[in-house]
Amino acid sequence: MTSQRDWRGLLFVAPFLALYSLILLFPLLRGLWLSFQQVDLFGAGHFVGFGNYARLLHDPVFGTSLINTFELTLMIVPPLTGMALALALALNRAGKGAAFIRGIFFSSAVLSVTIVTLIWRFMLAPDAGLLGETWKALGWAPLPFLSDEHLVLPALAITTIWWSIGFPMLLFLAGLQQIPEDMYEASALDNASRWTTFWRITLPSLRRTLVLVVMLQTAAQLQLFGQSQLLTAGGPSGASRTAVLFLFETTFGRWELGYASAAAEVLFLIILAVTLTQYWATGRNTGAQDGR
Amino acid sequence: MPSLELKSVRKAFGATPILDDVSLTLDQREFIAFLGPSGSGKSTLLRIIAGLETADAGEVWLEGRRIDTLPPGQRGIAMVFQHYALYPHMSVRENMAFGLRNAKVPREEISRRVEEAARVLEIAPLLDRKPAEMSGGQRQRVAIGRALVKQPKLFLLDEPLSNLDAALRLRTRVELAQLKQKVDAAVIMVTHDQAEAMTLADRIVVMNDQRIQQVGAPMDIYSRPANTFVAQFVGSPAMTLAPATLDESTPLAALKLRDGTIVQTAVSQQSLPRGGDLRIGLRPESVRVANGQASTKAKVELVERLGERTLIYARLADGQSITAEDAAHSRVAIGDEVPLAIDGAAAHIFGPDGSGFHGPAA
Repeated sequence: MTSQRDWRGLLFVAPFLALYSLILLFPLLRGLWLSFQQVDLFGAGHFVGFGNYARLLHDPVFGTSLINTFELTLMIVPPLTGMALALALALNRAGKGAAFIRGIFFSSAVLSVTIVTLIWRFMLAPDAGLLGETWKALGWAPLPFLSDEHLVLPALAITTIWWSIGFPMLLFLAGLQQIPEDMYEASALDNASRWTTFWRITLPSLRRTLVLVVMLQTAAQLQLFGQSQLLTAGGPSGASRTAVLFLFETTFGRWELGYASAAAEVLFLIILAVTLTQYWATGRNTGAQDGR
Repeated sequence: MPSLELKSVRKAFGATPILDDVSLTLDQREFIAFLGPSGSGKSTLLRIIAGLETADAGEVWLEGRRIDTLPPGQRGIAMVFQHYALYPHMSVRENMAFGLRNAKVPREEISRRVEEAARVLEIAPLLDRKPAEMSGGQRQRVAIGRALVKQPKLFLLDEPLSNLDAALRLRTRVELAQLKQKVDAAVIMVTHDQAEAMTLADRIVVMNDQRIQQVGAPMDIYSRPANTFVAQFVGSPAMTLAPATLDESTPLAALKLRDGTIVQTAVSQQSLPRGGDLRIGLRPESVRVANGQASTKAKVELVERLGERTLIYARLADGQSITAEDAAHSRVAIGDEVPLAIDGAAAHIFGPDGSGFHGPAA
């Protein structure tokens, strides 16, 4: 009886399982398998074991791209989180004005990366860009944001923050609206200052949203690609090459599928490790906060 | 010195008036209940006192100090919210200490007050728990504890019992009554439950239609309702109100119901307004199924057996509905025609504007 029922149940999920296996599981395992081979797009490869991984360890280009990726993530996630929270706090009110401004801040999120980089190319260009002109108007020499190896990562970070701020802001707004109004009334009667109310009431109530935003953004920014490819093509001299751009160049520039797959697996493990660490470090004891 | 004073408080939300010229004075240590249906303005009035809403006009004074200009936290008021509003990420101890820490009370004093309140409320074993790990009744106690430790001049309770189940509600009612003896402050409780108001309050403020309808001791409200609203809102089941005409020949008013029944009341005829329609008010306990001499007859529509008594919902010959009482083991059945004895001395009379007239106080 039970086994029969199990079979019937399986039939219901079979379509999903089939699709899931075909488009997610299979490529994942295939990628893993590829990472143990030396193979290009055109011929059969041969098995090299951990050879690709060993090569990665000694590849300074890959190493630099990883460091760039980490630096970018650190430059993006904290300010992005803070600014999205600040915006949400400022715009968490009824009224058409606030709704309009919310819409404006979210609008950048619907643009494709191509448009975003186009806009920021105009913004950042030293000769004609908005920032360049501003600098000139202030009597300073315009800064070559996209061609200076020390400025290119901050420039990419700013572009990314501008592009990505809408969604975390919405998550924070949703989190803020979950906080019952009487909590704030109780804290007003408890003579709490605005600052105390923020630190002791609002922020702890947003803890889960905060963890979610940081985890999502970290995972997303570790995969940063389009901005770097379109704005700088990884330059100058690899100063803005990210890990995924390295994957892209290795696959579609040098056709080294096995090597690129190994790099992809390494990046996958790094993202997994970072996200799980964040989850363990911050998310464990949020379970007991339901109810009041 | 009076405790709380409300002076001509007015409030409207947009074009909708909520409170219209409300004035009230509380004595020291008095327990007041704001009683009224939803939308009567009672919660808004409580929130104005707390500072969570601002009045459009009028003043609020507490122990000789004007407080409506002060922020909520500096008014010397503590409030127990309907849904408790405990801080979910803080332990019970932190919940209770939060307001004291904000008021810069010394650490030893805070822990002394928290321990004391926890002892009084029997929640000492829960001090390190979070609100999510407690039952509704326990959360209620913590919410009361959070108010107690502040040693306020005035407690505000917003529908304090409405979230508890029936058994717990009765127990908490008793506990609130005991608590009232222990605290050195006035208490205002908002409720729509007349039993809560009757059992707990020293005085009841009945509110309806943005106004205070009557202020008085519970038995005053019950036995001398100021108008038809109070008469019908307080007392369960509601008082019967029947149109009647005045027979002007006797010093004490005799009223004739539409079915011809004459009820000799104890209300002085002199006090009644001349001309216009009068109504007679009869509580169920003053209309009894008669054994001997009957005043009138009625056809029974519904019989409610409550155990210690039986309620009879019936209609007089002219179709006027009337609620009567019978003994616990009443044999009356639906459809019966029963004789009713009306106790005219306990009857109330209401004038054309709805205001009430009563016999001499018992």
